Amino acid sequence: MLPRAHGGTLVDRVMDETRRKKIKGEISDIPSIEISDDIAVDLENIAYGVFSPLEGFMSENDYRLVLDTMRLENDVPWTIPVVLDMNGEEFLKMELRAGDTLLLKRGKTPVALMELEDLFKLDRKEHALKVFRTSDPSHPGVKKTLSMGDLLLGGKIEFMEGIENPFERYTLRPVETRILFKELGWRTVVGFQTRNAPHLGHEYVQKTALTFVDGLFINPVIGRKKKGDFRDEVILKAYEALIDRYYLKEKAVLSILRTEMRYAGPREAVFHAIVRKNFGCTHFIVGRDHAGVGDFYGPYDAQEIFGEFPDLGITPVFFRRFYYCKKCYGYVNEHVCPHEGDDIIPPSGTKIREMLASGKIPPREMMRPEVAEIILGFKNPFVE
Amino acid sequence: MGDDKERKYTTVSIPVQLYEKIKERIEGTGFTSVSDYVTYVLREVLASLEEEEKEEVFSKEEEEKVKERLRALGYLD
Repeated sequence: MLPRAHGGTLVDRVMDETRRKKIKGEISDIPSIEISDDIAVDLENIAYGVFSPLEGFMSENDYRLVLDTMRLENDVPWTIPVVLDMNGEEFLKMELRAGDTLLLKRGKTPVALMELEDLFKLDRKEHALKVFRTSDPSHPGVKKTLSMGDLLLGGKIEFMEGIENPFERYTLRPVETRILFKELGWRTVVGFQTRNAPHLGHEYVQKTALTFVDGLFINPVIGRKKKGDFRDEVILKAYEALIDRYYLKEKAVLSILRTEMRYAGPREAVFHAIVRKNFGCTHFIVGRDHAGVGDFYGPYDAQEIFGEFPDLGITPVFFRRFYYCKKCYGYVNEHVCPHEGDDIIPPSGTKIREMLASGKIPPREMMRPEVAEIILGFKNPFVE
Repeated sequence: MGDDKERKYTTVSIPVQLYEKIKERIEGTGFTSVSDYVTYVLREVLASLEEEEKEEVFSKEEEEKVKERLRALGYLD
């Protein structure tokens, strides 16, 4: 049986058509603030229940508890703050008060209305230390935190209109994935998070997990990433090529998660699991250094953190390193293979990227040649 | 705005013998207090009960609309 949404109910904060038309007629009377693309996409995620049980941006109480206890005020596990930041001076000029309604817009697009319930100061250093376990500005999440406005605005939202989505064809909302899984007859579904084009290690992790459940939900993160990561369209085309040739069609679904990568390691792994639970997954794959960057986190920190959440409502599936073993004649992992050194060929992401960047096809023990060819078909497959 | 910024706690009574048993059991584990352990176990129990609750139900109309989009996108035949 598919799990209920996190917190019990799948959130729906999408404004109905009649109200949307009415509000659009009154839009010039509503104080507005300009938001970023990342915030606009998060608004859509809140509205369609991807971030259930959140109904808006966090109030101070939820925010503080998420920082300190990794739980919301109602005791539901939640690890990543979802906040709306603003420059304090700009806010003062607008003379806003609690209870006011705000229009959140991106350019000419009226993305959402927000009822301002709470406003509070952001301590950037504390935020960085608690979410990312570091205040080192070379960490991409810390760097972003240091550039945030000094005031946070909390309140429920009503979603009006999304910003342009170049990947609409791959975008499914939780209502849609839940109905899709049901139609496919899946009662157990394992979710796979990725920000990479697939190599053989990813494929074998997915297929090993799929052996024990009804279906596989491949759900790449599409959105702002760091320099050197694969570009979004590359990831999608590479996965399509792989699924087409090497997966059972009725056993795998590819759809995207539009949100930025935070690189918050352990905390983000739990957040990723919660989001996949909202899509209807019963299980979630957590690999080595999940959502990590550089050497800010231990290789298995993101697995250990799940021990703190007996009430997550989705089962984490932990894997260690997969690799090709010349002696075992196949793809194996550290749990089953006694060999090491020259006997094994690990599909190193860094090595694969270096080879692809110089126009070479990686060895077939690392990446399927059909996938490598798709990647090399792009003029520049990496984020600059 | 937001005058309540901390986790609130309350007291629950358990038999002293049970308290002692738990205290002994958590020695050398990651649990730093009996309260921590009891909180963990209760969260686990409540979550397992919630798992038995019925899954999300959608209206016929909503389901048909969604299936139409899923077919158009090639997810369903």
